[in-house]
Amino acid sequence: MTRISRRGLLTTGAAAGVLAASGLPLRAQAKRGGRLRAALSGANTSDSWDARTHSDLFMIASAQGSVFDNLTEVGADGTLKGELATSWEASPDAKTWTFNLRQGVTFHNGKAFGADDVIASLQMHVAEGAKSAAKPIIESIVEMKKITDHQVQFTLEAGNADFPYLLSDYHLLMYPAGQIEEAIAKGIGTGLYKVQSFEPGVRMVATRVDSHYKDGDAGFFDEIEYIAVNDNTARMNALLTGQVDAINRIDLKTEALLKANPMVRIQEVSCNQQYTFPMLTNVAPFDDVNVRRALKFAINRQEMVDKILLGHGRVGNDTPIGPANQYFAADMEQNSYDPDKAKFYLKEAGLSSLDIDLSASSAAFEGAVDAAQLYQASAKSAGININVVQEPADGYWSNVWLKKPFCACYWSGRATEDWMFSSAYEEGVPWNDTQWGREDSERFQDLLVEARAELDPAKRREMYTEMQQILRTDGGVVLPMFANYVQAVSNKIANPEKVGNLWQMDNARMAERWWTA
Amino acid sequence: MNPVIKIILQRLALGLLTLFIVSIVIFAAVNMLPGDFAEAILGQGATPEAVAAIRRDLGLDQDPVTRYLQWLAGALQGDLGNSFAQANFASFVGDDSGVRTTVAQQIAPRFANTMFLAGVTAAIAVPFAVTLGVLAALYRNSVFDKVANISTLTSISSPEFFLAYVLILFLAVLNPLLPSLSNIYADMGFAERLQKTLLPALTLTLVVTAHMMRMTRAAIINLLASPYIEMARLKGIKPMRVIVHHALPNALAPIINVIALNLAYLITGVVVVEVVFVYPGIGQLFVDSVKIRDIPVVQACCLIFAAAYILLNLTADILSILSNPRLRHPK
Repeated sequence: MTRISRRGLLTTGAAAGVLAASGLPLRAQAKRGGRLRAALSGANTSDSWDARTHSDLFMIASAQGSVFDNLTEVGADGTLKGELATSWEASPDAKTWTFNLRQGVTFHNGKAFGADDVIASLQMHVAEGAKSAAKPIIESIVEMKKITDHQVQFTLEAGNADFPYLLSDYHLLMYPAGQIEEAIAKGIGTGLYKVQSFEPGVRMVATRVDSHYKDGDAGFFDEIEYIAVNDNTARMNALLTGQVDAINRIDLKTEALLKANPMVRIQEVSCNQQYTFPMLTNVAPFDDVNVRRALKFAINRQEMVDKILLGHGRVGNDTPIGPANQYFAADMEQNSYDPDKAKFYLKEAGLSSLDIDLSASSAAFEGAVDAAQLYQASAKSAGININVVQEPADGYWSNVWLKKPFCACYWSGRATEDWMFSSAYEEGVPWNDTQWGREDSERFQDLLVEARAELDPAKRREMYTEMQQILRTDGGVVLPMFANYVQAVSNKIANPEKVGNLWQMDNARMAERWWTA
Repeated sequence: MNPVIKIILQRLALGLLTLFIVSIVIFAAVNMLPGDFAEAILGQGATPEAVAAIRRDLGLDQDPVTRYLQWLAGALQGDLGNSFAQANFASFVGDDSGVRTTVAQQIAPRFANTMFLAGVTAAIAVPFAVTLGVLAALYRNSVFDKVANISTLTSISSPEFFLAYVLILFLAVLNPLLPSLSNIYADMGFAERLQKTLLPALTLTLVVTAHMMRMTRAAIINLLASPYIEMARLKGIKPMRVIVHHALPNALAPIINVIALNLAYLITGVVVVEVVFVYPGIGQLFVDSVKIRDIPVVQACCLIFAAAYILLNLTADILSILSNPRLRHPK
């Protein structure tokens, strides 16, 4: 099979159809039949089939991962492929995008899928009073035009090369136009599995539809059952006693026990989930770039990965772009623990020693207080005295994060560079937790806007690499580690060699991609 | 008026007063916790505008006294309101009329599940504890008595989650007899439901047995020194018969009291056990609601817990009156 890069697909979108038709050789051994039972966390009694409210694994795996489809889909290897769209094409300025839709697709209630469904489904997110998390994506579309029943054209406010990528977001599912309320109440999509029963916060059961456009490529189970189990130990017990075949997010401390069980295997993927220590770059002493540099060299990253993540992760390099990103600058020089360098930068800042507070709480991430204490110990030999302030977990995000000048934080990361940067590093955005702006780096903010509309992958790589460089040396965030997704699967279930790393459980698509061994 | 009915009415009135006080205390306590629903539900995504919008939508921006009085006015008419999570969800979707469920609709199936678990546990624990107590009294100070005492005291002294894990280890992991996940559904048959409920019920049995068993034993031994027991023994009646026919009926009042207290515990104290076994009962709902400061649900759960205590205590008192002829026919 010829390898097609994500950008290749973007500009010559017609290739997407070829990819979808060729199938993946690994799946050759996959066979139809059986039942997948998974115990998943992230469930809530207020869960529903309304994708605008989805935010955690249980509903993402149930909706996007089995019952509904998007226009585009990110494969396990990070390439973008068509789901309900077969191909797409951009104007040279990346402002106008034309999507060709798949023909002959029907919803679970028999309605045929077409351009009207796309427009109605996307407009849900900007409806009066709706507070969808995907609102900014849809708001950037100035016009949605139905060209034929199976062709739609979007005109964007400004060029965005990542637009087809954004349409794979788990909020942007396709509902039947005119029946959206019914579809939300019953769960009517175009996906591989049809809802049999759904009790919010308890469980979801769905059966395979008889024929589907993904036949042969995906959707190997006859039936799937997702059970809501938010408690770590209960999930592990359920797997060990054979009541379920897969669980997400295992407790790292008990990993050895699971490993010892011959019936179970651990799945671990390196991903963008990041644990960070943001500083407010507009508050003294963090407004001095030399103080920030001193702090970057005063932290022992490897020790954090070993002791906080128990080895299940990789060291960070003070940029939010991680291994699941296309333009991750993996070979950039690594910031590492060097007390002498830290002392040097402290001197550059005109200081002989530094006393600062670091706020932390378990709300930021598991082990955040311990991580802060490790930081305290390693910084001491550089003449930096960190006073660890243990904050209450309740209200941490409202009262500490974005308010205290130096604190602990986490980000689940974003699929594209632009999405991540424009969520937290663009001047003036609400979640800019380092107050990073033009005052700190004109160049960074210019590149951010420029790269967004650039369609040439080589140029984009250059720009995004430079942006990562800037953050690594001057940025306001100390990003010591990326935490892996660690999940466990019974040997009764098989999965392809490559498992997706954008979300837990193979991008939440285990019902599509895995099969009975 | 029949004195028993008078007592019932008096106690019910006092019970209502207690519920009223409980509702004030709970409301004040939840409000004193740091953070509120808006901050809890938004988490990292909490921008000042979003927090303010949710507070406005739910009326959280009004002062607590007004909010309490509004809730009370509704509750007195039997309307426990909508949970914040549901109300916020509706406004999130931009559709206020939709499928929103009330607190009562939300709690009803969960409460039924909790009652089922309590029922199964009581059916195992009460006969078991009373029999054990009678036997311990009969063979007091023997090896049997000591073993029974030590083992029940050990189980009551261990934290519930520890007992739960020990049972899971022995009955689910090492010997796969029972499922460790007690996720029961509405459309499940009785036999399957019972099987799934057995492990949490056994855990709770271990927790409540000691108290009931020791009270039974103590109450009976207390009576064994009375002259009428002496008389029975002198007549040559067998020890077992002395205890069951002569001592036990007179020891019923304290035993019933302890049983009632423990039944109330089965309804209100199941939180940890429900979480460990993923049992969809009211305890789990309660924990989730406290976490997100969902005051209407917390209030409703607490009222149910308080009402369970009040009603079961009332029942215990009535039963001890009925079991005692001297109280039943006061001069």
